[in-house]
Amino acid sequence: MSIPVLTLLTIVLCGGILVGGLLAVLLDNMLSAVISAGLASLFASVVYVVLAAPDVAMTEASIGSGLTTMIFLYAIRKTQDKNASSVEEE
Amino acid sequence: MIKRIFIFMMLGLMAIIFFNLVANYTENTSLSKLAQYYVENGPQEIGAANLVTAVVVTYRGLDTLGEVTVLFISAAGVGLLLRRKKGKQNNNQQQNKSVKEVANIHKSSSEIVETATELLLPMIILFGVYVFLNGHLSPGGGFQGGAIIASGTMFLLLALPESHISRLLIAITESLSGFSYVIIGVLGMVMAGGFLDNRFISSGTYGNLFSAGAIPLIYTFIGLKVGFELSAVLDRFRKEINNEEDDPV
Repeated sequence: MSIPVLTLLTIVLCGGILVGGLLAVLLDNMLSAVISAGLASLFASVVYVVLAAPDVAMTEASIGSGLTTMIFLYAIRKTQDKNASSVEEE
Repeated sequence: MIKRIFIFMMLGLMAIIFFNLVANYTENTSLSKLAQYYVENGPQEIGAANLVTAVVVTYRGLDTLGEVTVLFISAAGVGLLLRRKKGKQNNNQQQNKSVKEVANIHKSSSEIVETATELLLPMIILFGVYVFLNGHLSPGGGFQGGAIIASGTMFLLLALPESHISRLLIAITESLSGFSYVIIGVLGMVMAGGFLDNRFISSGTYGNLFSAGAIPLIYTFIGLKVGFELSAVLDRFRKEINNEEDDPV
């Protein structure tokens, strides 16, 4: 039994989404977690292209993996600064 | 412990839901009635080569207006929460100092990054404009083009943190394009079949850039609105961090 190339590609990419999502939840370092969440989004956008939905893929690639990651990075920088100083105060 | 049990219960319920979905899945051999209608009558009625656009902008145009409104509300919410508090200043010197140190480490970007951004930025913005202008011909459209333009802004803010984006320009462009979008919708209601009907402008030749009635116009307004809105959100976040380090105590 041979598996079609597209199916195989989809399975591999979905595996990438799963790994990215799991890493985003499990990693302790916030920066790495945000980057892996963006990576999961990037894999998802490629899956959309494979499944013939280029419109959705474009949105996912630019918003999901670009802008969201950026906003998360800004937010993390803002919150982590406060945490660091409060630890120092203690 | 109770939290853990609750999480596993939720996971179990999700598994049941998804198992039912997967177990009952059979691939459709033919289109549904509605999709059949869109495929058969879309090209003649709307004149858009990209059927997805025909559905998104005209048949389901009201939903798109709703999406634009949701985005507007979220941008307004960010603006409200991150507005500059002039009265309240941070009195914690230690904190300000550490913020400044962190900012200084991250702030300097290399010559290569700056030059590459200056070269790439016009192309990214041009590509965004291309995507929303050709929304009725090729994949993409207002939202995608706007998001690409906003990622261009993101590049700019990352590589040149000192760059200034005029908030007045953002406000004017955003509100004007949102207003024009609704006006076009109402024009469709007055001069053609209904709200957001694109046929009050002649359809032109099928497959040309200036075809499909008002769709290129509508997508231009949506693209500008989305692009400037997302840029405004990014700019607010950037300013929020810069404010902290610029405010001397």
